[in-house]
Amino acid sequence: MNRRDFLQLTGLSAGAFLLPDSAVFGRSVAPEALLEPGVDVAVKKRLADAALNAAKAKGASYTDVRIGRYLRQFVITREDKVQNIVNTESYGVGVRVIVDGCWGFASVVEAKSEAQTAKAAEEAVAIAKANARLMKQPVQLAPQKGFGEVSWKAPIKKNAFEVPIKEKVDLLLTVNDAALKNGANYVNSVLFMVNEQKYFASSDGSYIDQDIHRLWPTFTVTAIDPKSGKFETRSELSAPMGMGYDYLQANPSDKITGITTRYNKGYDMLEDVTSAAKHAKQKLTAKSVEAGKYDLVLDPSHLWLTIHESVGHPLELDRVLGYEANFAGTSFATLDKWKSKNFNYGSKQVNLFADKTQVGSLGAVGWDDEGVACKKWDLVKDGTLVNYQAIRDQVHIIGENESQGCCYADNWSSVQFQRMANVSLAAGKTPLSVEQMIKDVKKGIYIIGDGSFSIDQQRYNFQFGGQLFYEIKDGQIAGMLKDVAYQSNTQEFWNSCVQICDEKDYRLGGSFFDGKGQPMQVSAVSHGSSTTRFNGVNVINTARKI
Amino acid sequence: MAILTKDEAKKIVDKVLGYSKADEMSVTLNGNRTGNIRYARNNVSTSGETDNMSLAVTAVFGKKVGSATINEFDDASLEKTVRRAEETARLAPENPEYVPMLGPQKYIETGAYAESTAKINPEFRAQAAFDSIDPCSKKNLTAAGYMEDSAGFTAIANSKGLFGYNPVTSVEFSVTTRTADGTGSGYASRDYNDVSKLSTKEATEVAMNKALASTNAKALEPGKYTVILEPTAAGDLIGLMMNSLDARNAEEGRSFLSRKGGGTRLGEKFFDERITIYSDPANAEIPGSPFAGGGGGGGGGRFGGGGVDGRPQEKTLWVENGIIKNMSYSQFWAQKSGVKGTPPARGFIMQGGNQSLLDLIKSTQKGILVTRFWYIRAVDPQTLLYTGLTRDGTFLIENGQIKYPVKNFRFNESPVIMLNNVEALGKPVRSGGVLIPPMKIRDFTFSSLSDAV
Repeated sequence: MNRRDFLQLTGLSAGAFLLPDSAVFGRSVAPEALLEPGVDVAVKKRLADAALNAAKAKGASYTDVRIGRYLRQFVITREDKVQNIVNTESYGVGVRVIVDGCWGFASVVEAKSEAQTAKAAEEAVAIAKANARLMKQPVQLAPQKGFGEVSWKAPIKKNAFEVPIKEKVDLLLTVNDAALKNGANYVNSVLFMVNEQKYFASSDGSYIDQDIHRLWPTFTVTAIDPKSGKFETRSELSAPMGMGYDYLQANPSDKITGITTRYNKGYDMLEDVTSAAKHAKQKLTAKSVEAGKYDLVLDPSHLWLTIHESVGHPLELDRVLGYEANFAGTSFATLDKWKSKNFNYGSKQVNLFADKTQVGSLGAVGWDDEGVACKKWDLVKDGTLVNYQAIRDQVHIIGENESQGCCYADNWSSVQFQRMANVSLAAGKTPLSVEQMIKDVKKGIYIIGDGSFSIDQQRYNFQFGGQLFYEIKDGQIAGMLKDVAYQSNTQEFWNSCVQICDEKDYRLGGSFFDGKGQPMQVSAVSHGSSTTRFNGVNVINTARKI
Repeated sequence: MAILTKDEAKKIVDKVLGYSKADEMSVTLNGNRTGNIRYARNNVSTSGETDNMSLAVTAVFGKKVGSATINEFDDASLEKTVRRAEETARLAPENPEYVPMLGPQKYIETGAYAESTAKINPEFRAQAAFDSIDPCSKKNLTAAGYMEDSAGFTAIANSKGLFGYNPVTSVEFSVTTRTADGTGSGYASRDYNDVSKLSTKEATEVAMNKALASTNAKALEPGKYTVILEPTAAGDLIGLMMNSLDARNAEEGRSFLSRKGGGTRLGEKFFDERITIYSDPANAEIPGSPFAGGGGGGGGGRFGGGGVDGRPQEKTLWVENGIIKNMSYSQFWAQKSGVKGTPPARGFIMQGGNQSLLDLIKSTQKGILVTRFWYIRAVDPQTLLYTGLTRDGTFLIENGQIKYPVKNFRFNESPVIMLNNVEALGKPVRSGGVLIPPMKIRDFTFSSLSDAV
């Protein structure tokens, strides 16, 4: 699952909402409640200690306690109307234990007393004991030092919840108005804002208080040609970010000018929607692509999703081991390929790394949801597969003594498990601009923005669309194309990578609602890259007649 | 357990409505007990159970709408929630698409509740997982599976006298079995309201046979093939089309049902004349909800009210003999268009014939048997073009027999084109909450090969 599917799933794209309570969103509250301080950190420590002590007394060899307050605000509009404003809060405590070598987990909603958290700990112990009878191999947990009482705060400049709703509504309605004035027939726009206030305590001696913020401004404009009965859309070129409302104040230095403006650490929604309306109209009369092999020049606003699907997911160790076989699938990047130390994931230019410390990224935190300090590590070095993403009960399988810090739960009531870190493509080492890259392409397509996406359950064969497609002929942009999708095989694709623009072009894209697990949990993750060239990729024409 | 009787539920919602000072108020009360068990690598990985009851209140002043939710049920909490919803409504921007709430409605009994499912406990789930894992271990196969069961109710009510109550149970099971060498994979899924119809052992045996039969697949050239889609595969694609019948989108010109020059293609022959699709909340095989969502709020449920609007769900013909007979309407769009307007259906029934899957295979000279599709995504909403891949059992059929397993394909195909290329339809079975026949389709477009198993 990915972001647009999530919108479809919740009906948010159509604006439909709100069941009384949902596991992901919690209960509906007044917007002011999103600014209330929540449970004091000293109280959280007492609640956590009660659970840690209760679990130990019942025989747990390891315990962690997550006290979570999850706040969300969605503002949803279409044309000149506000469709919905959603404010939700979810607060509770989850306790995870190891007893007799087996995991057990229990949670309690709205826990405010030590008796409640102690009881949850005892329930977790009982579940672990029951499950231990079916266990074939005991859990091997990588050692982790305790950090004492520490905290981490996302370096935001402006908490989005402090901005009055009216200001947000005005922004979206202004955006919608600009779309309609510039040729769009319809426009939907949404602001998603999230604040996770997470407290983690473990029997290793950590008490970690964290404050995480995320924001995603998004829209889709539609242009219709009634004569031909055709319609085209163009969605935002923003990225969901681990930032505050400050992301919506773009400085000139945040803008990458070119055939259309793209954005780095600040986003000009009004400017983007104005271009989008014009693009949607332009698409109506754009040339339908001729199927064949093309050199692709992929903008970071597009390439993030290809990285996410073809690198991020296959290098999740739980998939490699078969834990996701019944749902998300397994992986082609098997342990024997990693052990060989010469599996050619991509060409020599390709360096892919995981990094949970990247400022402004969706996955940035100080510590993961099992008390491991976050870091940066290589996944593919000079084209060769060198590592995976793993958590404490897996790292022994890849010969590491320390977890990489990839553990995450989407709620206090969900069991934490291995989730994708920010996985990014390193920028090119030699200076290279997008213009210089395009100048050398004889027959190519320049793709901006993410679109349709699909990949098989072992992450070999994929197909991606986009938002904007420009034909490149003899080093020049020759005009807009439509009906474009490219198909490739992960290893073939990354081996066809020939050039990567330098650090100046490096930008983040990301997924706000990446789905995994049964029952499904969502997580947010960023993927950085600079504009990159891939040679001789198979492009298909997606136009049909019905 | 949070399953209230009709009377118990009515008492609570009446009390809530009694606190109302708003022009209109609607209430949705939901109670649900959900349990699950998950396994992989022939080992149970997680299991759990949650029990929850919650209430949503929507208050309306003029065209201003506000909602609040709560999961505490003492009088003070209920009244506080009503006041909060009213406060939110007063501060809300006006919703120009607000439609006044409905008065009393007649709802049918759907029979979606089975006591057997409501009684599922952790031991039952452990046994269900064991029945699936054990045969796999014995044959050196690896099982990964998931079962989720749920028992609950929804009660809806509003200040204009509407009241509805619907108890529902459900169980969903799926399993993927893989051979030890990773060259074969099989899948089966089942879903029922009544768990006594579920045998995880039977379903797992289907998946095991597929895994064993699919090892060492051969590559075929991509291209256009006659395919036999098992119900799981067919249901996924047809379901996506059934979710795209919104009248507003069609009339606004952004749907596959939009007509060149304006208007919609309602009433046009769109598919092969054997295609008839309807919905029926009282169908014994796939009983659904007698009402469309919560007790009001309008705007397609966008302003709370616990869902869509409380309109009764009735038996509705969507496609008859290949002709589009109905589109779905939000309350607002129905009012604006001056039509009664059918709410979107939950679940559908596609008519078929009497042939079994085996009969369809026997009558096929050359074709591909598809167990299921994976990662289906829209490519072009204009033509309902989708892409995705085959998975967990893809076979070549020659002269009425399964010849050998073939490598998985990526497809690029539209269900609209597919339903014009029908060769034969089998007997409908339940899959993913719909009743769908296995179907034989000619000229199905496979665009590339995948190495995935």
